[in-house]
Amino acid sequence: MEVKILGTGCPKCKKLTEVTEQAAKELGIEISIEKVTDLEKILSYSVMSTPALVVNGVVKVAGRIPSHDDLKKMLV
Amino acid sequence: MDIFKWLNSQLLRMDWLHGLVKVLVEDVFKLPTSKQLGASVHFFIYDVIKIFILLSVLIFVISWIQSYFPPERTKRILGNMTGLKAKLMGALLGTITPFCSCSSIPLFIGFTNAGLPIGVTFAFLISSPLVDLASVILLASIFNWPIAIAYVITGIVLAVIGGVIISKAKMEQYIEGFVLKNKMATIEPEKLSNQERSRFALDQVEDVFKRVWPYVLIGVGIGALIHNWIPETFITGMIGKNHWWSVLVATLLGVPMYADIFGTLPIAEALVNKGVGLGTALAFMMSVTALSLPSLIMLKKVIKTPLLVLFTGIVTAGIIIIGYLFNTFDYLFI
Repeated sequence: MEVKILGTGCPKCKKLTEVTEQAAKELGIEISIEKVTDLEKILSYSVMSTPALVVNGVVKVAGRIPSHDDLKKMLV
Repeated sequence: MDIFKWLNSQLLRMDWLHGLVKVLVEDVFKLPTSKQLGASVHFFIYDVIKIFILLSVLIFVISWIQSYFPPERTKRILGNMTGLKAKLMGALLGTITPFCSCSSIPLFIGFTNAGLPIGVTFAFLISSPLVDLASVILLASIFNWPIAIAYVITGIVLAVIGGVIISKAKMEQYIEGFVLKNKMATIEPEKLSNQERSRFALDQVEDVFKRVWPYVLIGVGIGALIHNWIPETFITGMIGKNHWWSVLVATLLGVPMYADIFGTLPIAEALVNKGVGLGTALAFMMSVTALSLPSLIMLKKVIKTPLLVLFTGIVTAGIIIIGYLFNTFDYLFI
């Protein structure tokens, strides 16, 4: 599964990366996380607030860190 | 009226905490607060605790309100307005949005890409770091309500005037090409449950807290130093009320600095106590929070130099004017 974290390096982006990794581990699925920090690339996802989580090319959440359970649903 | 007074002194100024810390410093540390050392220790402990309490409560409340205004919604509200009204709305919405310049850049891109006029976007961009509800309440806590309200009004006026000048200057050509190149899709803002809102607000508190605590400690430390150790004549000699250059020096010192309003307020407080003009102290505070090297570097990625220079110039000039106004009319406030 291809996961992208969009964000310009704010503390919340790091946190979203951490919780995503953890959720994937608990679900027992293999994911590759790519951090997208380039403004132009972030823009191409139509995202206006960071951090954002993109799973297989689809923006799942933007501007906030989802709860643990919601995050698991987004990864399935 | 008495209830209001009581709320103001206990909840906002935290007189109970003032007394409590006094007991701690005098009876536990055995330092009389009438002496220099005791007074500094008291100032430091009291201000740090007060700012941290206010900061946590306020960020939570504001983030809750903010969760009702995701950028998509703000964009739509502003898109339906024109002229001065749109700029005023931009400035007002700027007061309930991000605390961090790293989140205002994606917003800038989103607004501009959606075709919002440049003046409206800049009105938003100027007011966003300068005026927020947290800084207003803190100003009321440390100084008083008239000063807090005057600060908000002048901040919003500055944002609107800045927006007007930038739109009159026809600076659209100085926005980086990629911002406008690919039209962004319109995403419907998601509906949040109360649980998600409170999670968002708690995340914000944690985020802001982690980011600003060193600035608060440093700010209060400098405040305590100014308060009790640096001779008044030294400070008033540099930026005292009777020098015409005070506001100018304070503003230019503050522009490149990066700190949070929570860290700068105790410095402003100590400066005013040492006989520095209210306008001078506020100008210093505004310039530290509104402009900083890191935020200008971020902005440089999306706008070209002429617009960046104009933006910096307008905000700096505005702060200097506000400083002189407050110094001239400070008898109305203190």
